[in-house]
Amino acid sequence: MKNIFVFIRRYFNFLFFLVLQIVSLVLLVQYNDTHEAAFAGVSNEVTGHINEQYNKIQNYFHLKENNRLLLEENTRLKNMMGINFEGPDSTRIAVLDSLIRDTLGRQRKYLWLPAKVVSNTISQQYNYITLHRGTEQGIKKDMAVICSQGVVGTVIDVSENYSRVMSLLHRNSKVSSMLKKSRVAGTVEWDGKDPHYLTLKNIPKSTPVAKGDSVVTSNYSANFPSDIIVGTVVEVLKDPSSNFYIIRLRAATNFYSLEYVNLVENVQWAEQRRLEAVPVKNQ
Amino acid sequence: MSLLVKNIIRFILFILLQVYVLSQIPPLHQFITPYLYFLFILWLPFSISRFSLMLVAFFLGMTLDYFLNTPGLHAAPCVLIAYLRPFLINILISQEGAELNYAEPSIKSMGFAPYSLYVLVFTFLHHFYLVLIEWLHFGNFIYFLGKVTATTGVSLLLIFITEMLFFRKQRFRTNTA
Repeated sequence: MKNIFVFIRRYFNFLFFLVLQIVSLVLLVQYNDTHEAAFAGVSNEVTGHINEQYNKIQNYFHLKENNRLLLEENTRLKNMMGINFEGPDSTRIAVLDSLIRDTLGRQRKYLWLPAKVVSNTISQQYNYITLHRGTEQGIKKDMAVICSQGVVGTVIDVSENYSRVMSLLHRNSKVSSMLKKSRVAGTVEWDGKDPHYLTLKNIPKSTPVAKGDSVVTSNYSANFPSDIIVGTVVEVLKDPSSNFYIIRLRAATNFYSLEYVNLVENVQWAEQRRLEAVPVKNQ
Repeated sequence: MSLLVKNIIRFILFILLQVYVLSQIPPLHQFITPYLYFLFILWLPFSISRFSLMLVAFFLGMTLDYFLNTPGLHAAPCVLIAYLRPFLINILISQEGAELNYAEPSIKSMGFAPYSLYVLVFTFLHHFYLVLIEWLHFGNFIYFLGKVTATTGVSLLLIFITEMLFFRKQRFRTNTA
């Protein structure tokens, strides 16, 4: 027994070194597995607050660009408004409102919320975005994040006032997408190299693909509404080892200057998941 | 200014610089990520005990990790260089008793060549271990080699500039004073 204490005293520094190493590696591995580290909530609040202070200054330098983007989006939305369309039949007026059910009896599926970006990285291999909106303002895990230019990412952690988004520029990010022309679905990933380019995988070689084709979110994606732009095809590579293409996309979103984004909640997803969790009968 | 206050200010400045300047720079290439924050550990005074040196390094790494959302990724290399620092300082110090006469490692207290070697070795070790952990998650061997070399090069350049800009005057301490 005495020898053990002597041993510990003698090699105290080395043992302490090992303990710290193990603690940091365990934290890292756990975090990458689950994205729910023990302190995620607390640290989110603290770092989020500091990021916000910094962001207040940074915002002034992007006001001009932001105005332009808002104007563009406004014009696009105004063009889609009901009053721009006139039909001979009065039963076909499009109605926009925030009710659960519209006048034609259709159920609401997607709910949009605005949020401000307070922190954003692009230079890491795992990039995250922090938004100043949390559980108290109606954010839930797995909500889709979209900006006026295109898809941004998915919410992975939420605290009371902030939420953390896994950006499309993340090694583990996968978004179900399809080619707009042929409606063939695949997965969009990021190879960790250039924040301007994404990779589209799992498109069979029988599909016609051309440079410049648009890639949009697919109708199988549960959290993203379909037909939101992800990017445009710049290069089509054939994977010799499989029957699929590897398609390089130019990302529609400019990740360098994100300021305001929209969060989209699929309010019917819980029901869909409940059905899909039931084991299949009668097979 | 007392040593403690000086180091607390340094800690905050290094973290802010790393998070809001160096990590915000658009990447020139996937291999290049500029790192400077670990210079804080290299600048800590000679007199600090090994236990507190490792504890401070761990705290520095975790603080940065919580800003960059990668818990543990930077803490592990920081603890490694903090553990090895006393060994290398013992080998490198040429003047008799320099660690008693000067407060902290610098060009003046250690001499230009030993100090450069000290910085070079720890910059390399830090990046080697950091990229090694990253590499175990994904990537190939060329990514590993390329990133270690390129990142070490950029960091050395930054450290050199820092040393030139913020020349630390070191007072020669005698027993009488």
